[in-house]
Amino acid sequence: MSFTPALNVDLNLNYFELFGLSPSFNIDLATLESNFRKIQSESHPDRFVSATSTEKLQSMQLATLANEAYQNLKNPANRAKYLLELQGIEAISETNTAMPLDFLMQQMEWRESLEDAKGAKNINALENLLREMQQEAKLLQSEIATFIDVKQDYISATGATRKLIFIDKVVADINKAIEQLEAEL
Amino acid sequence: MALLQISEPGMSAAPHQHKLAVGIDLGTTNSLVATVRSGLSNVINDEHGHALLPSVVHYVEDGNIDVGFSAQKQQNLDPHNTIVSVKRFMGRGLKDLDVSQLPYRFTETSGMVQIETRAGIKTPVEISAEILKVLKTRAENTLGGELVGAVITVPAYFDDAQRQATKDAARLAGINVLRLLNEPTAAAVAYGLDNASEGIYVIYDLGGGTFDISILKLSKGVFEVLATNGDSALGGDDFDHRIFCWILESAKLTPRNAHDTRLLLSKAREAKEWLTEHAEANISCLLSDGEFVNLTLTTAEFIAFTENLVQKTLSPTRKAMRDAGLTVEEINGVVMVGGATRMPQVRKTVAEYFKQTLLTNLDPDKVVALGAAIQANILAGNKSDEDLLLLDVIPLSLGLETYGGLTERVIHRNSTLPVARAQEFTTYKDGQTAMSIHVVQGERELVSDCRSLARFELRGIPPMVAGAARIRVTFTVDADGLLSVSARETSTNVEAHIAVKPSYGLSEDEITNMLKASFNSAEADKKARMLAEARVAAGAILEAVAMALSTDSALISVEEKQAIEAEMQRLALLKETQDDDAIHKAVEALNHATEAFAAARMNASVSRALAGKNLQDINL
Repeated sequence: MSFTPALNVDLNLNYFELFGLSPSFNIDLATLESNFRKIQSESHPDRFVSATSTEKLQSMQLATLANEAYQNLKNPANRAKYLLELQGIEAISETNTAMPLDFLMQQMEWRESLEDAKGAKNINALENLLREMQQEAKLLQSEIATFIDVKQDYISATGATRKLIFIDKVVADINKAIEQLEAEL
Repeated sequence: MALLQISEPGMSAAPHQHKLAVGIDLGTTNSLVATVRSGLSNVINDEHGHALLPSVVHYVEDGNIDVGFSAQKQQNLDPHNTIVSVKRFMGRGLKDLDVSQLPYRFTETSGMVQIETRAGIKTPVEISAEILKVLKTRAENTLGGELVGAVITVPAYFDDAQRQATKDAARLAGINVLRLLNEPTAAAVAYGLDNASEGIYVIYDLGGGTFDISILKLSKGVFEVLATNGDSALGGDDFDHRIFCWILESAKLTPRNAHDTRLLLSKAREAKEWLTEHAEANISCLLSDGEFVNLTLTTAEFIAFTENLVQKTLSPTRKAMRDAGLTVEEINGVVMVGGATRMPQVRKTVAEYFKQTLLTNLDPDKVVALGAAIQANILAGNKSDEDLLLLDVIPLSLGLETYGGLTERVIHRNSTLPVARAQEFTTYKDGQTAMSIHVVQGERELVSDCRSLARFELRGIPPMVAGAARIRVTFTVDADGLLSVSARETSTNVEAHIAVKPSYGLSEDEITNMLKASFNSAEADKKARMLAEARVAAGAILEAVAMALSTDSALISVEEKQAIEAEMQRLALLKETQDDDAIHKAVEALNHATEAFAAARMNASVSRALAGKNLQDINL
């Protein structure tokens, strides 16, 4: 480990512009991927191994930014969150955590199923739950696409995005539980 | 007749020269060096025609240091001073290792392990450097010139401390590290280019002491690692050890001295290798107390008592598959790497898991070095038909210690490199000017269950009331997978000073002292070496800038170009003097003078790549 000078990349840069895309929830993932690769082909530190230290630093900054932007646009929940940020809305914040009651109930049910399956060491039940959550996530994604891309209804989009983020968290916990059970095998 | 090419006075003709670069596989059991010659990647053999160099270092009585086959012969005779499998100790502390079965004299230390030898106390970094020196010399003698640099491979699952230790070893050996490359990725390069493959490939790499699994997406020369996992303390050595335990049990032997332990471990390894193509192996040897061991080990027995070692590789495999979000049906091929994948039971288990025939057509011992050489050739700047780009990931999450000994994750595992993340902190007390940050690596919630990487002490925070300071700490992981940290107080824009205390690594001072010791202390030598290094640095930047100007000088004004050329001339003149300090300063000045030009070049090349997309608004 070593000390390096602080990075000065402008983090307010619009990720969509970086990849030559117009800002919308439904994006062409193939274009995103191919433009990400084009930018990396030009900016990756491997291209600057024998360059000046100035060029090395710039390559590092741009390649890092491209990775960050790519991760944010590739993942649907992050993409929705980012689109809302561009509208000045923070989907998840300390003052903005309200959830409809039915979703909270639903979430508690999922959590209970997760705990039950964990307790019973039932990997199959966990995998079924995972599939259920993934379907739920797909539904929410098409809702978000309508709210943002068609209706420009950012308030409804925020609610749906928040749900999607919570689902992602449950999915991560299910995966962790499966991992732990497999480790015990 | 072809016309002779003559470069402008003062400008180097080097861009057209083939630069000598190698790939080095620094393995637990064996090490190799390879290079690209006439477009083909080849392993460089020693003068006896051996490709493999056993990773064994013997500190000889006469003060010499022996490495390789001759050292290997000494491991039973002089076990305290003959270090094998040193890779297992890189970046590791005593409590990480099961030292009860090892014949070495470890010294008590809280950091990286140290071994007492007749040549003094040695760190794993110094011992590894001896192996690297032999490979460097072999390459330079064969290729007939000095190396510009090397790509050195590491297990994908190596953490920061293990990677840093590898890089430090190269530095001690006098090798310029072009890149640390993950072993499975190197194998994918050798394999992918050979087969012009496209699609999703799994690299299953079971070496002497480490296990890696990497899942890559190959498309038009881009090798994108989707996920990686592994076990940095699982390998062929463990199979030997199981046989060793079986021998002790079957022959009803009591615990042995260092000499017998080594002898029995060698016999165990021979038996393992024999069983790859035979149904049973005979194990016979004479121990130091005159007892004679004579046993027969059958394949069935061997498979039975190593079954759980093979199964142990499937857990990281499943994790990597899940992280990549893939099912086995989506895998286009499974490449087997590492000598331990020759064992039939390993192949059978992996083939069953992935439900397909495995790819084993490249020599599993050589494929990593061959891939590293291809990458070294490209990174050194040699023109190549293969335009490839490797996008690798960080294998383990990076986190910070927060209240109650909990881990706050800052960078997640499998993030594509390079990656950076900023985190804001504030002060706890009025007037507080320093704070300490503990960085750990691992996936567990509790700090005590993760690996401690380092403690950073931030100093020079402007005194303010508690909670008013905004300290923005940026964690950056570079393309080698190495972490660096920077910090800034954002309300006053004051850069905080950082002191790093690596938990299992060597400090900058320790490395410098080791380097000095290796110069043989003569002041003149030291001076000569510093001057040589300064001249190399000057030559490199002059060449890089000359190349840039020859292609892209249209991007800057005539005045800017003249300013750069003036600095170049100044440096070119200083380069011929004896003043290494002045040369370094002139290198810095030239660097500074090219900032705007470099930014313009980067923008232009990315814009070209995206076909007309303008990146003027990226504020680099």
